[in-house]
Amino acid sequence: MLQRLASPRTGGLLALAAAITLLPLALSNKYFYDIAILVGLNAIVCVGLNLLIGYAGQISLGHAGFFGLGAYGSAILASRYGWPPLAAMFTTTLAVAALAFVVGRPILRLKGHYLAMATLGLGVIIFMVITTEDKFTGGPDGISVVPFSIGGFVLQGERSWYWVVGALLLVAVWLALNLIESPTGRALRALHSSEVGAEVVGINAADHKVMVFVISAVFASLAGSLAAHYSGFVTPGKVTFLHSIELVTMVVFGGMASTFGAVVGAAVLTTLPQLLTVFKDYEMMVFGAVMIGTMIFLPRGVVPSLARLFQPPQRNAPGKDKGAAA
Amino acid sequence: MSAQFMQYLLTGLTVGAIYALVALGFSIIFNASHVINFAQGEFVMIGGMATVSLSAAGLPYLLAIPLAVAAAALVGLALEKFAVEPARGASVVALIIITIGASIFLRGLAMVVWDKRFHALKPFTGDTPIAIAGATILPQSLWVIGVTLAIVLALSWFFGRTLLGKAMLATSHNRLAAQLCGINVRMVLFVSFGLSAALGAIAGILIAPITLTSFDVGVMLGLKGFAAAILGGLGSGVGAVVGGLALGIAETMSAGYLSSAYKDAIAFVIILAVLFFMPSGLFGTRGGERV
Repeated sequence: MLQRLASPRTGGLLALAAAITLLPLALSNKYFYDIAILVGLNAIVCVGLNLLIGYAGQISLGHAGFFGLGAYGSAILASRYGWPPLAAMFTTTLAVAALAFVVGRPILRLKGHYLAMATLGLGVIIFMVITTEDKFTGGPDGISVVPFSIGGFVLQGERSWYWVVGALLLVAVWLALNLIESPTGRALRALHSSEVGAEVVGINAADHKVMVFVISAVFASLAGSLAAHYSGFVTPGKVTFLHSIELVTMVVFGGMASTFGAVVGAAVLTTLPQLLTVFKDYEMMVFGAVMIGTMIFLPRGVVPSLARLFQPPQRNAPGKDKGAAA
Repeated sequence: MSAQFMQYLLTGLTVGAIYALVALGFSIIFNASHVINFAQGEFVMIGGMATVSLSAAGLPYLLAIPLAVAAAALVGLALEKFAVEPARGASVVALIIITIGASIFLRGLAMVVWDKRFHALKPFTGDTPIAIAGATILPQSLWVIGVTLAIVLALSWFFGRTLLGKAMLATSHNRLAAQLCGINVRMVLFVSFGLSAALGAIAGILIAPITLTSFDVGVMLGLKGFAAAILGGLGSGVGAVVGGLALGIAETMSAGYLSSAYKDAIAFVIILAVLFFMPSGLFGTRGGERV
């Protein structure tokens, strides 16, 4: 029993659930709730993105594009065409999954910087389509979105959204942890260290990469849909190259190949700009310096670096795998 | 029709020459360090903005331009010293984040040092358009194309004929072997950042009279320069030039004949299409993976 509690899966999930439950005690006003919700939505994207970057070892500099497609898909279907929000979200997610599936195969054949370029290009193209097709998207001005509702129940107010997003984050983390512990997860880690090696032992590298790409796109798209309904407004600002970079930075900051790290990274880097507003004009400079500094001093990310500190040294060799699974 | 084609071709060559300079910067740094320097676009911005403020302070172009290029080169050296060098051996993703962090930092710095407005730079030699085969070209465009040509020639002399240039090439092929031959690899790294920054700054100064400049011009130019470098094949000098020109011409042609709304997207559509069929770009070396 104790053993299970100490495992990253059960223990970590319980700790995360406890954190989500207790956090409202510290949230004294709507503004804090708002930030917490943004953290949760970003964390959902990062948990998915971490599967792709941290486990499968494939970089994506275009995930803000999938987030944006989710947001705009929901916004356009629900607000312009009057679809029920749930149906709009479901349809959008399916469409994004289909898109990721179609472009995933040729894109994921690429490696390293070429893959970075291709995903970056995909994100930029999505951004440009969204800003240019203003008949549907409202162009640079954005588009307003109806509140999320199921039947007669309307989801409104920061408090209700907080619990919904918190619960969804738990589900996302649980799904990711399960995937990582499954044969698929082991296959992903195998192809991370050597694609040829993985194929030699019978792992279909291409299929696995596309699958995890689709999963991460779906996470991003769902978070985008939710963000659109929550804030009631979408602008192209969340679809930019810079937002893609922010997402990747969250994953790497928290610690690659660490699902809880992705959550921590999302929490820190979503809150940071709010704190940096005290620097006013120097905000961008400080943010850039923080990005450089963490990569230099904590190249493995926060959570794995801390986990290493607390790990008893003699268990290092066999325990390394466990640590990676956290 | 043919005059129109000529016009698009000349405009494309001008834009393409700028992309080529930025792409050369990417390739030089990549060769020396295997780092993709996402802050490359900021050197373009620093070149343009520094020249604007120096010439506003009353300096003639002959003084302002070398000073601006030197300033950018210094920033390039500082970037190597304080951001890239301490992170030796970091993963590709970490290095990408570091250089993007640097580009955000530099953009923030530019906002503080200068401002958020657009600035115009006076053309080097007048602005009376010159007629060529039914099309017209600005004297500044001739400057862009001419200077780029001169730089490409100078670089090929530098890499082919000088000891330092050959040392840089050797380092790009095999770092360890180069070090064993007595090449100061640290110095090569340093020089390549300075050289790339200077190239970027020159591109920024050349284009500023045509397109205006501001603290955030570097973002798009940097991304397109990266696309050009990838299109030609990372690390290939010829590839960078061909990639830049091809991208510039394709962009202007499709903006002219198809849709100008998607002008900025064309570069990325082309790059995706090329990468789908040629995963190492046009001139890139095909490398196998070792187990």
